[in-house]
Amino acid sequence: MARSVRAPRDLRTVLQDILPKLVLSPSLAAMLVFVYGFIIYTVFLSFTNSKMLPSYDLIGLDNYVRLFGLSAWTTALINLAIFASLYITICIAIGLLLAIFLDQKIRGEGVLRPIYLYPMALSFIVTGTAWKWLLDPGIGLENTMHLWGWDSFKFGWIKDRNYAIYTLVIAAVWQSSGFVMAMFLAGLRGIDNEMLKAAQIDGASNWQLYRRIVIPLLRPAFLSAFVILAHLAIKSYDLVIALTGGGPGRATELPATFMYSYTFTRNQMGVGAASAVIMLMGVAAIMIPYIYAELKEQK
Amino acid sequence: MSGGAQDQAVRTGRIARTFIYVVLIYFALFYLLPLFIMAINSIKPLSEITGGNMMSLPAEPTLAPWKSAWSTAQIGVEATGLKPYFMNSILMVVPAVAISTIIGALNGYILTKWQFRGSNIIFGLMLFSCFIPFQIVLIPMARLLGLMGLAGTTWGLILVHVVYGIGFSTLYFRNYYAAFPTELVRAAMMDGAGFFRIFWRIMLPVSGPIAVVCIIWQFTNIWNDFLFGASFADLDSMPMTVALNNLVNSSTGVKEYNVHFAGAILAALPTLLVYIVAGRYFVRGLMAGSVKG
Repeated sequence: MARSVRAPRDLRTVLQDILPKLVLSPSLAAMLVFVYGFIIYTVFLSFTNSKMLPSYDLIGLDNYVRLFGLSAWTTALINLAIFASLYITICIAIGLLLAIFLDQKIRGEGVLRPIYLYPMALSFIVTGTAWKWLLDPGIGLENTMHLWGWDSFKFGWIKDRNYAIYTLVIAAVWQSSGFVMAMFLAGLRGIDNEMLKAAQIDGASNWQLYRRIVIPLLRPAFLSAFVILAHLAIKSYDLVIALTGGGPGRATELPATFMYSYTFTRNQMGVGAASAVIMLMGVAAIMIPYIYAELKEQK
Repeated sequence: MSGGAQDQAVRTGRIARTFIYVVLIYFALFYLLPLFIMAINSIKPLSEITGGNMMSLPAEPTLAPWKSAWSTAQIGVEATGLKPYFMNSILMVVPAVAISTIIGALNGYILTKWQFRGSNIIFGLMLFSCFIPFQIVLIPMARLLGLMGLAGTTWGLILVHVVYGIGFSTLYFRNYYAAFPTELVRAAMMDGAGFFRIFWRIMLPVSGPIAVVCIIWQFTNIWNDFLFGASFADLDSMPMTVALNNLVNSSTGVKEYNVHFAGAILAALPTLLVYIVAGRYFVRGLMAGSVKG
């Protein structure tokens, strides 16, 4: 793949050798300060008794002990587990279904595909605003069904602390599933048709064709979709703010909203920093092996 | 049956095809419905919304909610509408996108055509920085912006978006330039062309498609950002997403749903427009950001 340019050394080439590093250095410096330096700073704060302002009194692991003793944090983690597993599973299921169906030489594919994908261009705040209202029993879907004569129809999940978390899943799936479809579709279009034909001559049914050959070949797309969706789930913040504000009560609190409120409104910066560190560890556990494998493959 | 069935290995019968079309159209409705409902309800008077059916078309269409959302709705303490915040977002997005794209192009060029010891590690570090949860940098960033006197300013937000946008823009250009023949660069060097001349004369002229992808991606991300805007902006620099959230979730007074919807569409309009005009590139950007290489 990409090889470096090597030329005989004289004064000019020495200069030319330094120049690239010189041009790259501001980005490198910015990254080391704003990403890795800041990560180290936040990790440091998580070991201090910082409240409203950063303090430099080390208190060991106290913040982590406190964090995992807080019911609000436990709730946030459980909510994340529910939200992430449903969000990832449903997005992948819908994405795969739509991609396979769209791949059947469908007339109007050029119209359908952009319709499936456009929510990805929207801000979660816009998505949240729309769904908040659609899901509101007093004025949205439930009300419409009543007006259409289906009086027993009930859909008040967004006001119910046991079900509100699922409304987040609905809105998030609406936003991201088209994107997953696009990833699978790209994977499907890369599969060699001749191989499928050969399998069919051997008597494989459509179902077997997909189960035994196509879906296993889509493994890279599954992996990418999983990684992207998982890290989006951990980072989810805007949607919660716009759709439920973390409520009713704390029913839809996620780690990202927990971190924000503990750090900036409850003045528990040490605990907030500790929660951010846990979030980072979650993302790192997913992304680092993936990036490592990708970079290795490219060599 | 469709005409292309011969060269497709998977064949489907009439019933199966009907089923497929029904499912596909059903999902198209699912994706379109929220936008459609927002659009029709944004041109209804409020009484028609609270007293009527959200699915019915407006009986007396009016543009008043749009005017209100744009220029008179109450956001924060003042009744300015979303207009000033829309401008804030433009003033923030344009420089942030331009700067991060230019830096990304140079970085990608260096990381593919001027590799040195450790350049792959640098790329790996940049790649990981694309995916960090930004909560990990919020506290130090707030401190630093305060120290630099940039807290609550549009310049502060531009800085934040450039810094955290470089990772992705570098990724795009690097993967694109990696496929560009290094021999051409080497030949130009033998002819005496230097670092910048090669970039300017050889790399840039072929960079059109990836520049579009990168600009669209950065534009969408930065325009749609909420976390940084909510954390670092004050009333004078507040971006559109934060203003929209304030409009919709302000607890005072009657909830003017029609105004909220008009506002939401206004906030979505720039990115939607980009998507409609250059959707192909948008998809390519999404893919390149996830399926690297």
